[in-house]
Amino acid sequence: MTPDLKGFLLVTIVKLLISFLFVLVVVAYTTLLERWLCAWMQDRLGPNRAGPRGILQPVADGIKNILKEEMIPGSSNKLLFVVAPAVALFPAMALPMVIAWGAPLPVHFDFTLGPLGRFAFDGLTSMAVADLPVGFLFVLAFSSLGVYGIALAGWSSNNKYSLMGGLRASAQMISYEIALGLSLVPILLLTGNVSLSEIVARQQQGAFGWFIFPLALSAFVFMVSSLAETNRVPFDLPEAESELVAGYHSEYSAMKFSAFFIAEYANMLTASMMFSTLFLGGWGIPFTTWDEQGGLLQTLVTGTFFFARVAALIFIFIWLRWTLPRFRFDQLMALGWKVLLPISMAYLLLIAGAVWGVDALLAGAAPWTRNLALFVINLPVLFLVFRVLDRGTLVSGSYRRSVPAVSRRDRAA
Amino acid sequence: MAIGVKVMKRPEEGVSYVRAALKGMSLTFRHLFRTPVTMQYPEQKSTDEWTISQRWRGTHRMLTDEQGRAKCVACGLCPQICPANCIKLVPGEDEEGHRYPLIYEIDEFRCVFCGYCQEVCPEEAIHVGVHYENSEYSRTRFVYDLERLCAQTHPVSTLWDPADPRGE
Repeated sequence: MTPDLKGFLLVTIVKLLISFLFVLVVVAYTTLLERWLCAWMQDRLGPNRAGPRGILQPVADGIKNILKEEMIPGSSNKLLFVVAPAVALFPAMALPMVIAWGAPLPVHFDFTLGPLGRFAFDGLTSMAVADLPVGFLFVLAFSSLGVYGIALAGWSSNNKYSLMGGLRASAQMISYEIALGLSLVPILLLTGNVSLSEIVARQQQGAFGWFIFPLALSAFVFMVSSLAETNRVPFDLPEAESELVAGYHSEYSAMKFSAFFIAEYANMLTASMMFSTLFLGGWGIPFTTWDEQGGLLQTLVTGTFFFARVAALIFIFIWLRWTLPRFRFDQLMALGWKVLLPISMAYLLLIAGAVWGVDALLAGAAPWTRNLALFVINLPVLFLVFRVLDRGTLVSGSYRRSVPAVSRRDRAA
Repeated sequence: MAIGVKVMKRPEEGVSYVRAALKGMSLTFRHLFRTPVTMQYPEQKSTDEWTISQRWRGTHRMLTDEQGRAKCVACGLCPQICPANCIKLVPGEDEEGHRYPLIYEIDEFRCVFCGYCQEVCPEEAIHVGVHYENSEYSRTRFVYDLERLCAQTHPVSTLWDPADPRGE
């Protein structure tokens, strides 16, 4: 191996270890945050026993789950039952590794380490473990792998509730993947590249560069679809505890249950990181170009800003969970196929036309003028969707379908 | 639609999911900053807002006289009235003709905590107590014998007074 390759491997392994540990810690503390916020929103105290103010609660939960007895139902498919949590966990843990969380860090070293030989590295290293040129597609592809774990878990448990949960999960995640993918195509229109670092770089050009401005509706559809993709309220039908016990993980205990839990929270983290990268400028700090020149300080500051955005998004996820009731399954499907999918398709056409028009009319204008022009085009769209279409047509459609006779008679009377 | 199913009439016009969701979110957000209503139980057993009622009927207590003997005269009224049949009483009589319980046991597992034993007792000997922390390590410990009933020190229930139905 050449010294350069060894140096690259060393840097990658260090980044991998740091990111992996970081994701696990963030996931653990997201569970605590979720329990705290849930408690505070219900005028309770929340976990406050383990450590000062309950700060060690995730540690206690972890120890408890490792020490608990593992139950495998006698009539389950043992192999798939054991494999399913791993299948769910693996893509969830792999996804945050391709998202850059800070400005590139310049690394220089050249040393010799006994029998291992010479290590050399010189240049900028991305703060993603692997800054893939197909990062965007990788995220979409891997996020859809997670559903296999859930469907397998539901099927291999040999339990009606688990099976229902697994089926719901597959139906829901496959449906919403389409809306999710389509809502992100406008980003490709604006960027012309599927690399996440290119998408971030594009958003650093000028004010209103964050894609949430020129692509506001995409951001909304992405947010809703990623709620559905991560199986969180109001789309947590796979584990709807009021009807399915605990859904696909009813039969799981101890660390296998924990694996699903970690996967769910890691998916939530990934969704927040993706939202932040795709719509909130990634690690970039607006109105300054200071952060774009590499350096340790830049990396740390941009990383802090990035995770501030991620934390805010996670807060919104949790906030939604403890506010909204669960959808009915037909409402969920109707929302995905009849509302979000057509909206994102129409929006894609509109943005394609708008980009073409803006490029033709404002050729040679500064980036921020074009961003602002696109944002202005968005305003009537947002008004149309949230003010006109969202009037008894977005969600309550299935109620009308189920009881037409009663409604009509009442209206006549 | 099946017969007899009540169908809720829901508004069809002017409803919005997004705005309703935002409204709900603002409500939950305001609750984030409310003072919690939780009582920290093992450390804190009563607060300004809540104390245990003096009419609470918990595990029993036998009152004693000045010599430390149980006030019970083994009249047999409490096992007679007990709806759960949880009181075991074997009466005895000393050389002066005083009746006393040889065995007086209450099975707290069978007890329904109705408080009839206290109401019926002519000597005001057996009482239900204002007490609720009863855990034990074995089931046999839940049969309280006379010695244990006399050793209890918690306050006794005032029960329900027909003249003062609201407990004022």
